[in-house]
Amino acid sequence: MSPKEGAKKEFRWTKKDLLSLEELSREEIELILTTAESFKEVSSREVKKVPALRGKTIANLFFESSTRTRTSFEIAAKRLSADIVNFSSQGSSTSKGESLRDTAKNIEAMHVDTIVMRHSSSGSAEYLARFVRAGVINAGDGIHEHPTQGLLDIFTIREKKKTLEGIKVCLVGDILHSRVARSNIWGLKKLGAKVRVCGPPTLIPSKIESLGVEVFYDLDKAVRDQDVLNILRIQLERQQGAFFPSIREYAAEYGITMEQLKKAKPDAIIMHPGPINRGVELSAEVADGPQSVILDQVTNGVAVRMAVLFHTTMVER
Amino acid sequence: MGFFVSKLVLDAPSIERSVVRMAHEILEKNKGTEGLVLVGIQTRGVILAKRLQKALQDIAKAEPPLGILDINLYRDDLTRVSEQPVIHKTEINFDLDGKIVVLVDDVLYTGRTVRCAFDALIDFGRPKKIELAVLIDRGHRELPIRADFVGKNIPTNEDEIVHVHFKETDQREEVVVASK
Repeated sequence: MSPKEGAKKEFRWTKKDLLSLEELSREEIELILTTAESFKEVSSREVKKVPALRGKTIANLFFESSTRTRTSFEIAAKRLSADIVNFSSQGSSTSKGESLRDTAKNIEAMHVDTIVMRHSSSGSAEYLARFVRAGVINAGDGIHEHPTQGLLDIFTIREKKKTLEGIKVCLVGDILHSRVARSNIWGLKKLGAKVRVCGPPTLIPSKIESLGVEVFYDLDKAVRDQDVLNILRIQLERQQGAFFPSIREYAAEYGITMEQLKKAKPDAIIMHPGPINRGVELSAEVADGPQSVILDQVTNGVAVRMAVLFHTTMVER
Repeated sequence: MGFFVSKLVLDAPSIERSVVRMAHEILEKNKGTEGLVLVGIQTRGVILAKRLQKALQDIAKAEPPLGILDINLYRDDLTRVSEQPVIHKTEINFDLDGKIVVLVDDVLYTGRTVRCAFDALIDFGRPKKIELAVLIDRGHRELPIRADFVGKNIPTNEDEIVHVHFKETDQREEVVVASK
């Protein structure tokens, strides 16, 4: 290999963990997006595999149920030739009362290089990263953050809109319980997008304006002139607190129909982290329509997670 | 940083002449451009491949397709390098099955980059043949690999560094050998 003199001093990744987008710099986010662009091509090959992480072991440690995210990480790891194992909390030692710390220490004792964890407690990923030598990727911690979802949303917006600078993004739905919303807000703001949130007052956290977003309670006003509508899932499992009178009423006030979509920019894109409650947050017509990029998000999720696993796993422990 | 002495080994007109000669040799060896494709290794191999493509077009009036290859994901020392490499784009938008692939890089040294490129190419298909074109062959191979088309052979010491500068990336056009 010829040494490349005069090569621009390129930005290097140094973190073994990805815990949140709050802690990332603009340069770090952009590096992951750029690497993900290169990795997207790998998935379109006939041989969908490169040997970059050959010999590395990655563990999926999911204490909350997940199909999409877990599978996406699994495919991402396999396309990089890493070995990946799945631990789920059901039927494991956790259900016998083992602590998170002990579970993680045991997994680490098997020389796992990176742990991908989803947990219902906010801050659990950061807690884990403090005492394991392995890298920790936060795949969703309580209502705190879901950084890889934030990154894949940002990647998809950048792919469709070519830039994030000045792009108008409206997040609609349950902002209070949404780790996806928080990761989106941190990342989008760092890259220069204009972000607003819209939902019932009971589902908008107080002081959310301090993150630099505008707050709307009226959907008609919120979607006006927007480039991107990112619709959050109503997390039926977290709705014991009577945050709104009924699902039907929520759908009538905050569900996106063709009529609402027309008020956004003509080339606005519709996003959703999935799984969709059809007829609640989104009408089927909108979810399956030409402006929907929901399945592009899923495709891009693999490329973005490949980039995250690649950069973090390659950092010396 | 130590004290560097640089020696000019190719200037802009010599690079140009080498490229034209290599294009002629490629045509001679393969009896035309039938089934021929070019694949440049990021980043300066891609620039050289584009120039070869243009030279082939000028001489044979046929433009072989050009692919771009980033070999970093195939490196045998990937997990050992202290600085993470930047992953650039790989773009081969055509079928390699049954094709004659001319692999293009700026400098041939240990041969390890070319070995990576073989692995990557084979993941894209089964070429009929792979040929190797480099602007500079500086010797010191660590693998049994040789080039089919060479711009210039330059005997070097292992502690010397060969710098290829192309105007597209480096604002100047020359090849120099630097020694400490």
